[in-house]
Amino acid sequence: MKILVCISHVPDTTSKINFAENDSKFDSNGVQFVINPYDEFALTRAMWFKEKQGATVTVATVGNAATEPTLRKALAIGADDAIRVNAEALDGFTVAKELAEVIKNGSYDLVLAGKESIDYNGGMVPAMLATLLDFNFVNACIGLEIEGDKATISREIDGGKEMLEAKLPLIIAGQKGLVEEKDLRIPNMRGIMMARQKPLTIVESSNGKATTSIVSFEKQPAKSACKLVSADNLDELIGLLHNEAKVI
Amino acid sequence: MSVLVFAESSEGKFKKTALEVTSYGKKVAEQLGTNLVVLTMNSSDSSILFNYGAEKILTVTNDALKIFNAKLVANIVKQAAEKESSQVVIIDSNANGLYFAPMAAANLNAGFASNVIALPSVTSPFTVKRKTFSNKAFNNTQILTDVKVISLAKNAFGLVENKVSGTTEEFSPVLVDSNLVSTSIEQTSGKVTIADADIVVSAGRGLKGPENWGMIEELASVLGAATACSKPVSDLGWRPHGEHVGQTGKPVSSNLYIAIGISGAIQHLAGVNSSKVKVVINTDPEAPFFKAADYGIVGDAFEVVPKLIEKLKEFKANNA
Ligand SMILES: Cc1cc2nc3c(=O)[nH]c(=O)nc-3n(C[C@H](O)[C@H](O)[C@H](O)COP(=O)(O)OP(=O)(O)OC[C@H]3O[C@@H](n4cnc5c(N)ncnc54)[C@H](O)[C@@H]3O)c2cc1C
Ligand SMILES: Cc1cc2nc3c(=O)[nH]c(=O)nc-3n(C[C@H](O)[C@H](O)[C@H](O)COP(=O)(O)OP(=O)(O)OC[C@H]3O[C@@H](n4cnc5c(N)ncnc54)[C@H](O)[C@@H]3O)c2cc1C
Repeated sequence: MKILVCISHVPDTTSKINFAENDSKFDSNGVQFVINPYDEFALTRAMWFKEKQGATVTVATVGNAATEPTLRKALAIGADDAIRVNAEALDGFTVAKELAEVIKNGSYDLVLAGKESIDYNGGMVPAMLATLLDFNFVNACIGLEIEGDKATISREIDGGKEMLEAKLPLIIAGQKGLVEEKDLRIPNMRGIMMARQKPLTIVESSNGKATTSIVSFEKQPAKSACKLVSADNLDELIGLLHNEAKVI
Repeated sequence: MSVLVFAESSEGKFKKTALEVTSYGKKVAEQLGTNLVVLTMNSSDSSILFNYGAEKILTVTNDALKIFNAKLVANIVKQAAEKESSQVVIIDSNANGLYFAPMAAANLNAGFASNVIALPSVTSPFTVKRKTFSNKAFNNTQILTDVKVISLAKNAFGLVENKVSGTTEEFSPVLVDSNLVSTSIEQTSGKVTIADADIVVSAGRGLKGPENWGMIEELASVLGAATACSKPVSDLGWRPHGEHVGQTGKPVSSNLYIAIGISGAIQHLAGVNSSKVKVVINTDPEAPFFKAADYGIVGDAFEVVPKLIEKLKEFKANNA
């Protein structure tokens, strides 16, 4: 089984978000970049298929050279090789088109992605990719088993879960549950040493035209101060919620 | 020309989000000087949509759609958009909507913007404001394609009544094959879900252990609220994973979010920030949640929550 894990290179969750050039660009100054947290679940599940079922695992990202340390980290966690599509990730649809080429050329059976990137929060790349390739697709995936060419999948729905079955090829967008948090892999010394020798192939972009364009960013407006209510005066709180905030 | 909205129903009944996207779609149609078409599937009575501005309702009735299949629905939306020459297609942000909206966009070769929180600020070039960086910021996105698909963030626009006298039309799209088969659905019934709730009561590690959640559930039940928790609480197995909210858990955009014994870490706040009103109950006045909250009580949850339950019961009895 050939697996491709799609890796999005994103600011660490603790990053302070600032913008530059007249609020037209994200300011990456001093920002630590990591593997998108949802993609870590996908990658860890892929490692399980590698170890238990002999799958090969390729990781891919669409991005400029600055994304390479993130790919090396995925190699250190245990992926066999990496592909970087040399393009500025301009919008989700364009990213999906680039990845579709990678998948056609590599004939992967299973593509594991994250539910959304924690920077642009598009929630779109895996679904678009599946549609472009006419692969089966399951979003918000919280469980995946493969036997031969048959996949058993669970997905989170509002207030519960749904079980599904499909034939490969398949794309899933994963989240916690795909593997447990405690089982997430972190690179060890040996992995980091080995990652240096593993192939990282750079492929040229197909130069798709962006379908969307971010023209400006805004920060959350400053909040007015929190109104403190005494623990002995809960009637006041209820009054505020009822009369002022009008939420109860 | 038209604006197309997909109105999701469950067991024949429209969800609140269906009325919200219809309200929003009507305004977008007005901005563009065109009509609003609303697509429904297996709903028994769609007339309520006229109250929110639907000028034309397309009804699809087919047993094959009883169980949601994203590929099928995305393809039907494409056919409806083509039939109605829709310039803009609007979908809600429920689990199913989030699943099929980008597929519909790819089918239509349309630019797609999710997490949209307001009406287009400009219609040419079509520009919408979206939540980004996990609620830490917003961006203004232009959609450059002729057809545009957007997902409206939950509770971002609200319901706006706008009664029109519209028409209803049966629509029989071609159903594409999907060999992705749903084998079972487990859904807790009778419990408010975080996705649908107007009020969410959430608790964190400050509660000390799973045995103390009785009062959280009681508070939620008095308020008709959903229960939620911080990440460590679900990691420790005190509460089910489905309750974990925050940047890496479920997003919350309720009207009221009550955080009890939750410190307010950046990743937690990112996921709950788009709730309209936030209340914090915490022993530590320095807890970061106080900076994000609208109302706060510095106090011990084990004393405050039971008292709050009693007071709310009185309030509910008097305001019933
Ligand atoms: C300089 C710069 C300018 C940008 N300008 C724009 C803009 O104008 N408009 C706009 O919409 N976006 C813009 N982006 C964001 C960028 O396009 C996003 O990385 C891309 O849109 C995908 O993000 P998403 O949130 O849609 O991904 P999602 O669909 O939320 O991601 C889901 C999953 O898809 C996979 N995935 C996502 N992105 C990639 C990737 N790049 N490579 C491999 N796998 C991936 C991952 O598995 C991820 O978990 C810009 C980014 C940069 C760096
Ligand atoms: C990559 C990453 C992603 C993450 N994603 C998320 C996420 O999605 N969601 C999330 O929640 N966290 C997330 N976290 C974890 C986050 O950083 C915090 O560790 C977590 O939110 C803390 O949970 P807590 O507030 O319940 O616990 P604590 O931080 O331990 O806070 C407990 C609070 O309870 C108060 N308290 C104690 N006793 C009482 C009492 N008797 N009455 C009232 N208050 C009391 C304390 O003063 C304290 O403020 C993430 C972390 C990382 C690194």
